[in-house]
Amino acid sequence: MNDFKGQTLSWQIVNGAIELSLHREACNEIGSLTLEELEEFVSALPALANDAHALIIHSTLKAGFSAGADLRELFQRSQGMDKDAALQGVRSFLQRIHAVMNTIDALPLTTIAAVHGVTFGGGFELALVCDLIIADRMARFCFPELRLGLIPGFGGIPRLKRDLGNAVVRDLLLTGRSFNVMKAQQTGLVSQIAAEGEALRVARATASQAGKFDKQTASAAKKFVKPIPYEELKREIDIFCDLYSRPAVEEGLRKFVENEGVQPYLP
Amino acid sequence: MAAPTIDHTLDEVLNLAASHFKVPREKLTPDADFFKTLGIDSLQALDLLTRLEQHFRIELPDYELQGVSDFRTLANRIQSRL
Repeated sequence: MNDFKGQTLSWQIVNGAIELSLHREACNEIGSLTLEELEEFVSALPALANDAHALIIHSTLKAGFSAGADLRELFQRSQGMDKDAALQGVRSFLQRIHAVMNTIDALPLTTIAAVHGVTFGGGFELALVCDLIIADRMARFCFPELRLGLIPGFGGIPRLKRDLGNAVVRDLLLTGRSFNVMKAQQTGLVSQIAAEGEALRVARATASQAGKFDKQTASAAKKFVKPIPYEELKREIDIFCDLYSRPAVEEGLRKFVENEGVQPYLP
Repeated sequence: MAAPTIDHTLDEVLNLAASHFKVPREKLTPDADFFKTLGIDSLQALDLLTRLEQHFRIELPDYELQGVSDFRTLANRIQSRL
């Protein structure tokens, strides 16, 4: 299937690049439906990859690339079922999203996240699976999970550790603060900065450049410089689940979900 | 180069907020609640923070804005980074 239009995302091939567009209001929160459609995308990838040399992931929503995991769904998951069943559901969700992320991470194409605005939590983790992050000058990156008593669960820490220095990883994780695009480029997270509203255009130009090289060589080069930290990724799921089973997390999620104030995205 | 005065910083914050959120400058006063006066939520506040960081060429961790809702305190936080 060379193109698809779903409820949360769509894809098509444009000039030899697969463009995966996220469009779930309010800000591409990743819940069960997004996961199902991401799984459909990953199933279609082997065929798509035959006709393409690059993948671009971007958002069509003004608010940003993605605000991360759907916390309302995560909270509701813990309601009305016993703790063990809720925990099993969370573990299963994480294993499935890890399978999606690992497949995109290892894809033998050049992959680019074209981000703008909010690129938080699970959205940041989705960007981190890509080979390159091209960011609009208004993008902000953040791992707010510790505020809820959790760690990032979609592979964020192992991939951050793979790609960046420890000081940056600890700063992002342990303060829960957001980085602007200048800081993100300074620390090696972002490879190119685009003007406001121009990230997708810059990503397309970059994908077109990547398409000039022999596909097999590019794939071998990528495999050489981008090992996938499978063991740490598995450990991340275990740590997340240990933390999730504590009552403090349910309270943290409840507080976020029931917060009608104007500041839920500020630490 | 000497850092600008706090009055100058405050003035620039008010000008930038008025211009970006299309609110008449005269409606913005130093002690006004910027969430209410500008009619913004936390996502838009992050947008304002990013624009201020770019304008003043500073890095202002967002946890320093926790509980801050008036322009004067916001300008003071910025001033401490200039």
